[in-house]
Parts: sequence; C-alpha cells; structure tokens
Amino acid sequence: MNIILVGLSHKTAPVEIRERVAFSPTAMERPLREMMNLPDISEAIIASTCNRVELYATSRHPAAGMAQLKNFLASFHGMSVEQLEPHLYQYSGEDAIRHVFRVASSLDSMVIGEPQILGQIKTAYGYAAEFKTAGLILNRFLHKAFSVAKRVRTETEIASNAVSVSFAAVELARKIFGSVEGKTVMIIGAGEMCELAARHFVNNGVTSVIVTNRTFERAEKLAKEFDGRAVLFDNFADHLQKVDIVLTSTGAPNFILGHKKVEEVIKLRKNKPMFFIDIAVPRDIDPRVNDVNNVYLYDVDDLQGVVQANLKERHKEAKKAEQIIDQEIIQFHKWLAGLDVVPTVVALRQKLEEIRRSELEKTYARAKDLGDKERKAMEAMTSAIINKILHGPTTVLKTAQNDANGDSYVEAVRVLFGLEPLQTEEKIENLDDVTGEE
Amino acid sequence: MSINIILFKATLIIYLVATVFYFIDVIGRHERFGRLARWTLIGGFGLHCLTLVARYFEAGYTPVTNLHESLSFFAWALVGIFLLFDLRYRLSVLGAFTAPLALVMMIIGSILPKSVATLNPALDSWWLPVHVALAFLGNAVFTVAFVAAVMYLLQERMLKSKKFSPLYYRLPSLDVLDSINYKCLSFGFPLMTMGIISGAVWAEAAWGTYWSWDPKESWALITWFLYAALLHGRLTVGWRGRRAAIFAIIGFCCLLLTFLGVSLLLSGLHSYTAMSGR
Repeated sequence: MNIILVGLSHKTAPVEIRERVAFSPTAMERPLREMMNLPDISEAIIASTCNRVELYATSRHPAAGMAQLKNFLASFHGMSVEQLEPHLYQYSGEDAIRHVFRVASSLDSMVIGEPQILGQIKTAYGYAAEFKTAGLILNRFLHKAFSVAKRVRTETEIASNAVSVSFAAVELARKIFGSVEGKTVMIIGAGEMCELAARHFVNNGVTSVIVTNRTFERAEKLAKEFDGRAVLFDNFADHLQKVDIVLTSTGAPNFILGHKKVEEVIKLRKNKPMFFIDIAVPRDIDPRVNDVNNVYLYDVDDLQGVVQANLKERHKEAKKAEQIIDQEIIQFHKWLAGLDVVPTVVALRQKLEEIRRSELEKTYARAKDLGDKERKAMEAMTSAIINKILHGPTTVLKTAQNDANGDSYVEAVRVLFGLEPLQTEEKIENLDDVTGEE
Repeated sequence: MSINIILFKATLIIYLVATVFYFIDVIGRHERFGRLARWTLIGGFGLHCLTLVARYFEAGYTPVTNLHESLSFFAWALVGIFLLFDLRYRLSVLGAFTAPLALVMMIIGSILPKSVATLNPALDSWWLPVHVALAFLGNAVFTVAFVAAVMYLLQERMLKSKKFSPLYYRLPSLDVLDSINYKCLSFGFPLMTMGIISGAVWAEAAWGTYWSWDPKESWALITWFLYAALLHGRLTVGWRGRRAAIFAIIGFCCLLLTFLGVSLLLSGLHSYTAMSGR
C-alpha cells in the first residue's frame, strides 16, 4: 500500500487559485466521501488552509491514484485539470511521507516555524476520523506526523525567535533587561500600533504602564485599559526617569525627544538602561538617542531588520529539523513495509515450518526405531496439515490486499501468530498542548 | 615522568575536550554538547585537584613557586570559580569563553620546565598557601569578570548597531552579563584585598617589613586601586554596563601584567625561583 498526495500551496499557486480550490470546513463530508469513491483510493484526508490545499490518500496504484485525485480536485471545484495542473504537486511513497512531516513541522510554511499549521492538519485529520475515511495507515501516519512536529518544536529552536514586529520588540527588551517583569512602559501617542505592542509587554510581565497623548482623554482611556496612569503630553519627559521602555507613535512631524534630554534622564537613572521603540513615521525620537550610553533606540526599520535576522535563524534551525524528519521517515517506512501481504505470508509459512521441523525432530529423537518409509510419511502428513491450515488465511490476505481495510488483516495475522512486531509500539501523546508563541 | 606530570597532562587533554564540546554547542548549535562539556569540565577539575595534591606531596610544599605551578594553580582556580558561577547561571557561552582561557594557561604551563625545586627557606611557611590561594582565587574571579565583560561588549555592540551575528542568539542578556560583572567584583575585590593584606603580614613576619615596593607589590596595588574605583563607581554613581565592562577588561590586563609581566620582565622578591626551575 502506498501513501500518495496531491496538492498546491502558496509556493505553487497564487491566491486566486488557492481560494477556488479551498474546501469549506463546514462541509467536509461530501468531498471526503467522493474521494473514497475513487476506484484506486482506499483512505482519504483533506487538508485545506488559506495557504494550502492537500489531499492525502493511500492507494495500491500510486500513479493511477494520483491522477484520480487531480481529476477529483479539479472537477469538485468546477475547474479543468489542465487549468489546475501547473499549480499542483504530487508525491508518493517516501516523498509523500516527507512532505507531510515537513508541512506538519511548519518547515513548508510561509513563515517557517509558525505554529498554526499543526492545528490545521489536526483539524483535517479530525474530519477524516469523524467520517471514518482514515484507515489504519493514514491514522498512524498522521499521528506520526504530529509527534514529529512536536519533536521538531522541542528539539530545535525553529519557533523560538519572534517574526512579528511587536513580539520582536519584547524579545529585544529581554536581551537588554533580562526580563521585562516589573518594568515600566510609557506609551507616547495612544494609537493602535502602540497599544498592540504594549499589550505584548503587559502579557509578558510588565506591571506598570504610563500613557501620554496630545488629547488627554484618549490617554486616560488607554491608561484605564492597562490599569496604568495618564500624564500630560506637555511634560511627559519629566516622567521618563521612572520608565524603562518607551513606545512612541505620535503623528508629530518633528522629533519630540532629543538626545540631550535622554542624556539627562539616564544620569538621573544612574545609568539604568532604557529601551526606546519608535514606531512612528516620521520618527518621533532623534536617532542620536541611540548613541547615548545604556540607551537603545529601535525604529520600525530596525525592528524589521530584527525580524529578518530571526527568520534567517529559523532557517538555520530548519536544517536540524530536516535531520529529525529523516530519522522518523526511516522508522515509519519500516512499519509501512511490514504491512505488505507477501512478506507476511512468507513469514507465516516460515513460522509454521519451523514449528513442524522442531516437533518432527523431537518425535524422531524419542522413536528411534522409525524406518525411512515411516519418516517420509510423517513429513508428508505434517506438510499437508500446514498447507491446509495456511490455505484459508493466505487466500483471505491476498484478496484483502485490494480492500480498504486489508492492512488490518495483515496486522492481525502478525499479532496473532507472533510474527516479528511491525513497530516498537510508541505512545501517541496528547498533542493538544502544542501551542505557539504568537 | 612523575605522577603529577601525568595527571597534569591528562587534565590538559580533558580541558581540551571540554573546550571542543563548548564550541560545538555554541558555534555548531548542538545544545546537548553544552551539558557534555559541563560534565567533562567537572571531571577535568576533579583530576586537576588530584594533580595539585600529587604535586604537593612530591614537592613537600604548596606548588606555586615556579611559573608552571602557578599557571596550573591559576587554571585550577579559574575552572573552579567558573563552575561555581555555572551553578547559578548555567551559561554554555560563558564556558565557551572561559574553558579556552584555562586551556591556554595549561598549554603554556606544559611547555615550561616542570621539575620540582627545593623551596627557598624564606617561603617555607603556612602563609604561602594562604597568601597565594587568596591572590589566585581573586585573579580567577576577575578573569570571569573579564570574560563576561568581553561578552557584554560584543552583545552591546550588536544591540546598538542592530547587526546580529549568530552569537547574538547564544549570548545572554546585557542585564545578566552586567550582574556577573558586579558579582565578580563583589567577590573578587575582598579576595584580592585579603591576598594583599596576608602578603603584607607574611612579609612582616619573614622580612621584617610590611611593604617593600617590589614591582609585583606595586602593580598589585595599582590593580587594586583600579578595581576599588570600579566598585566605588558602581555603588555610588551607578557605573554599569559598558563602562564597567571596559574597567573589568583594563583591570584584567593589569592583573596579567602583575602576574606574568612583573615575574618575567622585572626582578624582585616575587620573581619565581628561576625559569629553569632548578
């Protein structure tokens, strides 16, 4: 049995195509059933997110199966295969396994390491489980993909550096102050951008917030939201002494804070460091402030630069993740190969043959007076017994291999007759605790 | 080869392995090696303790009278102090900076003459281990301060210039580095002070004078004043960060001069018996 996959993603298809082939999450039963009705498909899962649409299936005939999946994807959305073909990718066997492991681990995402994709794949699996279109193989496959994703998340730092501007600001603050807990934030200009960034700081332990704004009422309103206090815009600089982190985004056409003033403040603070985040365009704070000792000033472009550096860092971590995936593919492949009918039948016959041999030898050892003729007769008889016993299971297995649930027979035989285990049974952990940072 | 030399070389090799592990962790980004490096270094430190004990019994006195012995003792104190800091901070990066320093001391120590000399009778006193241990522990703490200071300046530079090398992600926050600087200062300064006082008291007992202005004494005093200034600046006007880091680096240079330069270039009461190690 082969795992096959057909799909498209942000890397291969523009949004106009992606939105046309997306599946509605409220009506997943019909497409799943239609997929199952395809002649060469025996298990089905549909993963549909805003960045990708992918069909996972198992099939005895990968080439035919993939062609049918393509036709299905096109016709279901009222498109022609020719229209869709250039945007599609298809994988079977090991490539399909690798692709799904990479997708679940967020290595194929637009923002590498973003945590949502795992949840989306889980949802897709949830529908397949609900409508019972995922069988033995896809069940195990998807659980494996989830555990691979979890390994990647815990063993690499693929998701550890911020890729959004406001979170990057919090991380920078941590590199300066160690922790933002107990620090004081001043918001200058009660705009949305500042509010969002301040929210991140408060969620990460900032306890005290001061707000200032040209219209004092707005400052008061925002201060209330953060349990902070509002100060008048005209003398906000007088309060800087107690402030560790400053967020500014006013509409002022000129700098509202210069380096002379900041130098004074730093002296009053006995050199305790300050972190200024200027998200206003045009900028609010004189860039020379960055030259003051123990003061760090970041404007929007600087923060973007940090995000870019973080992304680069994630890409480096991704290489470690690929190694993990390589290991896991080998393991999963072993299990999958064990599901083949022929090796199972051979193994079963060998097992019985071994039993027959050892029992015959025991008998010969006890009854030494047996002649050659008798021995031959006994061998023929035991051989016939084995053949008779094996006939039924072998026929069933051979017909079952074209069946959707044929693999469960194979597994049953292996378990019942104690043939070498297909896999080291690993615990499928509760994966719901995989959450992201952002 | 006597036992202490064999142990010394084994220690050197283990420090080398620990250094390599730290580099694999920090540069090759394999955190498992950081833990491995820590345990290797702990093992090396244990072996180093045995080395010193073996040398003590072979020589019959605290082995700090020639440059080979002193470097070994310095490296031992440095690794010991680092491991103490490691208990609190768990920083592989600090190890990746400190372990190579200890390694270099060991390597230089290994090419110097290693034979045991007969002790100058003037030095045969219980003051020898006390004075020297205090002085070297102080040196070791200030060496950690130096390492933290270098890391601080690197990290500060990246944060100011907004150009991030991969090291940015491995280095701890400025706050942590600055607090290591402060901790070192508050442990190292008393150690150094006691080292100088014990030396003076011993000198009075041995030579009849507390202070004889030999080059090592003078340079030690200069270094002491430098650290005193830093401590004072920290406590009163809030010197911290960059300035404290630069001070720690200058202080370390003075330390090196006191330890090596004066012994090698100028002669005085503190000169090691001989480079040849008679």
